[in-house]
Amino acid sequence: MAEVLVVVEASPAAGVKKVTLEMLTIARTIGSPSAVVFGDAAALTDKLAEYGAEKIYNATGDDVENYLVAPKATAVAALVQQVQPAAVLLASTQEGKEIAGRLAVKLDNGLLTDAVDVAADGTATQVVFAGAGIVKSKVTRGLPIVTIRPNSTTPEPAPATPAIEPLAVTVSESDKLTKVVERVSEQKGSRPELTEASIVVSGGRGVGNADNFKLVEELADLLGAAVGASRAAVDSGFYPHQFQVGQTGKTVSPQLYVALGISGAIQHRAGMQTSKTIVAVNKDAEAPIFELADYGVVGDLFKVVPQAADEIRKRK
Amino acid sequence: MNIVVLVKQVPDSGAERTLSSSDNTVERASASNVINEMDEYAIEEALKIKEAHGGEVTVLTMGPAGATESIRKALSMGPDKAVHVQDDALHGSCAVATSKVLAAALGTLNADLVLCGAESTDGRVQVMPHMLAERLGIAALTGARKLTVEGSQLTAERQTDEGYEVVTAPTPAVVSVWDTINEPRYPSFKGIMAAKKKPVQALSLSDLGIDASSVGAAGATSEVLEYSKRPPRSAGTKITDEGEGGAQLVAYLTTEKFV
Repeated sequence: MAEVLVVVEASPAAGVKKVTLEMLTIARTIGSPSAVVFGDAAALTDKLAEYGAEKIYNATGDDVENYLVAPKATAVAALVQQVQPAAVLLASTQEGKEIAGRLAVKLDNGLLTDAVDVAADGTATQVVFAGAGIVKSKVTRGLPIVTIRPNSTTPEPAPATPAIEPLAVTVSESDKLTKVVERVSEQKGSRPELTEASIVVSGGRGVGNADNFKLVEELADLLGAAVGASRAAVDSGFYPHQFQVGQTGKTVSPQLYVALGISGAIQHRAGMQTSKTIVAVNKDAEAPIFELADYGVVGDLFKVVPQAADEIRKRK
Repeated sequence: MNIVVLVKQVPDSGAERTLSSSDNTVERASASNVINEMDEYAIEEALKIKEAHGGEVTVLTMGPAGATESIRKALSMGPDKAVHVQDDALHGSCAVATSKVLAAALGTLNADLVLCGAESTDGRVQVMPHMLAERLGIAALTGARKLTVEGSQLTAERQTDEGYEVVTAPTPAVVSVWDTINEPRYPSFKGIMAAKKKPVQALSLSDLGIDASSVGAAGATSEVLEYSKRPPRSAGTKITDEGEGGAQLVAYLTTEKFV
């Protein structure tokens, strides 16, 4: 069975990200999954093995880790030439898409982004226009290079015993033009990551100020959720931009999305309307968010949310 | 500094968007079209750099004839001139082909700095800056929320899921920006009038020496097999808080097994 390269998405704090496990699960329907790890693979091996990686290619060293994206694309391109895989899967994150873009140019190959599924024959299912449409598409030149959106599928374990193969990377001078000189963490607590979380609790303009976001965070923590924010809340300085859900922020697709004080402008809906269940609290009964909420509470979030938090504590 | 800003005309994300029933490309002819919002932030950043360091700002657009409207709008913010790559054979171009065309056009412009929005609201593919950097053999600094120019050295804060990365590169470079980087200016009346007289150079595929069969639908590297609309979500239960709203909400969440 041909190999399927899965470019691993991981972070020092979270280890292997859930989207990687989803990619390994999808990869198994196409061929034999081979994980590609940049940086130290030791801490990631167990998880990758548990979810079916038959091989782990590992590239380390300053040349791949200290420059932006380009060396990674060079490494994956060389690996593609070497093993002739059936497909390459990457995460539909900024970096995953960027590696895919460079790879497509290097190989003069098609690419498909934001897929939620890939069939055995390489046909990808993509959600387009902010969740308003579904497209089935195929790469018609070269092999399928597809980026997978987090929370697309349920990761299924399939234990394997992968061998680790060091991957030597020869990077060019132009791969080393953009240096990463510092990585700064702005993590807030130990909440799940926004795009990967199975529950997201978001606050909007109705939250009123940055301090009041504590209320959003409190409910999120009781539910084991990630915290999100609408653009209005981010633009008003209530919450940082990396937590923005919507057209100019992140797209999320959790099991449960809780919208607090969010009116539901189309730009916000763009980022969350494929969520499985949507719950909204808003004092305006006419707010468009109620048009898509499975359960809506018309009321003052400063009364409804603390009461809900107390109720959850009681039930725990 | 010679700055080129990539501007894309997109269907308004506030209106209904669809794929054309004849060839599954984005329906642009009947859509209400606007400048891709994130590109306005790239234009603003270009103008600020020009104001601080001198130079010239050129808008570069690839798109059908109707894209002229967005080019004039972009020019009304303050750029000096524009280049419009327009050719019927470009219809249906994939990202790989688009990058080939834009790279060729950039080749004629001798830019020190290429600025663009971090993503477009239609495709949201986010690949163009790195594709262009790959083709041109220049640096890419993407997802910038802050950009500093010191001589020929660029420093950007790149937004990440965990926080940000500080990245540096020499010019020439492609830089993509998020909407957190600045607040775009509104075109003034004077700007709107001036934009009508600013030069817009038209470039065709033959001007760029590109074979028409290598781009557009003919040269596409991927194909849409089918398109369907997702059924719109329907509203569920809506209650009004009369003192027990929070408890009722948790009761619902418990029924749905979230609590």
